[in-house]
Amino acid sequence: MTIKEIQEEIIEEFEMFGDWTDRYEHIIELGKSLPLIKEEEKSDDLLIKGCQSRVWLKADYINDKIILTADSDAIITKGIIAILVRVFSNHTPEEILNSNMEFIDEIGLKEHLSPTRANGLVSMMKQIKMYAIAYQTQHN
Amino acid sequence: MALDINRIRQDFPILNRKIRGSNLVYLDNAATSQKPKAVIDCITNYYEQYNANIHRGVHALSQEATDAYELARKKIQKFFNAKHDYEIIFTEGTTESINLVASGFTTLVKPGDEILISQMEHHSNIVPWQLLCERTGAKLVVLPMDKDGQLRIDLLDTLLTSKTKLVALTHISNGIGVINPIEEVIQKAHAVNAAVLIDGAQACGHIQPDVQALDVDFYVTSAHKMCGPTGVGILYGKEDWLNKLPPYQGGGEMIKEVTFEKTTYANLPHKFEAGTPNISGGIAFGVAIDYLNQIGFDAIAKHESNLLQYATSELKKIEGLKIYGDVPNKTALISFNIEGLHPYDVGTILDQMGIAVRTGHHCTQPIMDFFGIPGTVRASFAFYNSIEEVDALVEAVKRAKKMLS
Repeated sequence: MTIKEIQEEIIEEFEMFGDWTDRYEHIIELGKSLPLIKEEEKSDDLLIKGCQSRVWLKADYINDKIILTADSDAIITKGIIAILVRVFSNHTPEEILNSNMEFIDEIGLKEHLSPTRANGLVSMMKQIKMYAIAYQTQHN
Repeated sequence: MALDINRIRQDFPILNRKIRGSNLVYLDNAATSQKPKAVIDCITNYYEQYNANIHRGVHALSQEATDAYELARKKIQKFFNAKHDYEIIFTEGTTESINLVASGFTTLVKPGDEILISQMEHHSNIVPWQLLCERTGAKLVVLPMDKDGQLRIDLLDTLLTSKTKLVALTHISNGIGVINPIEEVIQKAHAVNAAVLIDGAQACGHIQPDVQALDVDFYVTSAHKMCGPTGVGILYGKEDWLNKLPPYQGGGEMIKEVTFEKTTYANLPHKFEAGTPNISGGIAFGVAIDYLNQIGFDAIAKHESNLLQYATSELKKIEGLKIYGDVPNKTALISFNIEGLHPYDVGTILDQMGIAVRTGHHCTQPIMDFFGIPGTVRASFAFYNSIEEVDALVEAVKRAKKMLS
């Protein structure tokens, strides 16, 4: 599936939720399912600055695709990064760089894009794109 | 006399707001208080009726604006019981006031001198002193806290020496709400001839300090935490101290005479008030003080104490909830965590229910390091908060705990 298709799939899933409680319960469940980064691998250079909660993000380059793994000490943040990983992981740098984040608004998580949230969703996205640029440059 | 909360709440238009369909429960008063209609109207009225630059114009509007601004200074003088109105310097707020004093002390300290602060200071009462120490070679000394979040006053006699030139201490901790015994600190600091600056940002919306009774050298605060507008605050300084400090910023208003060879400075308070000030802000600060006085600080203290006691006892019933700074002498501010849950997650769920609390380190990273936590959830109350809002908070915390566990 393309990034766009995955985003549309997520939008559809979120449409089933009646109110914020269902939405957040889902995000919390997603947070619990996120593949974790091992404690000993959580080095400071994987840490994303600008988050109220701590977020670690790892990007590997396998078969021309970027594979993302992430972790956080806050469960809601973890749920949101689980969504990001599902959307952006396992895609080429080009696909990532040509994508956008508008679906976050459509699934009712707009407040997490606000700079005052300081949860670093914007910083996480920036970091994913930085990895994409870095791998694109390395392999071109 | 008990406060008529329903009537008081009508003075604050914002309290009618709905957040995602729920009534707003505003419990972030330690960050900024809400503004009564009288303060909001005062600002509108200024711009609609007598906006003019102050102190210089000969025309009627300038005269009216100057009179209103100087009347506000007198109201503030009276509020703090300062000896003279010119000991009240208008600033942008607490942060600028502290920076003004720290900058002024550059000429008054030498290498080896010491500045004493505490472990529970807001970053605004740490960084300006660090910068002063870097400029001068003075040393920053830190008075620690005990495990309950109270200052180790017993260490004062050891840490205060003839090298101590200034003690900068918060009146009330914005991170955990603890009220410090500033009287004792001021007395002991004066015994070694050290000046004392008290950061009153967190205090003045809840208690009314008497600067003469305290015998404090500098007292600083912000209007916006006491029902006034943002961007304005004061530095109170004893006349002798303010005369000792050099000007902070150069510009208009602060001069007596300017030539290219030599400028002489204006008298207090204008020496420290370069440029066009926040005129409407200053005037509205005076109106905020009128408003608080009219409600009365005894009544405010009594109501807030009821809110604190009730909220503390109800929150403590939640298993795994830990309050930081749970001591008898504190203001209506509860900093807490729930075992195993991140404060950010709790705050996010509370926000969904229209409850405004602060999460994070509250600009007091050393306190969080001391307790070994990333941050806390902080519910901070004001006199316009109701018992029903405490119930809403407690219910929401229980729900957040259930959802997140």
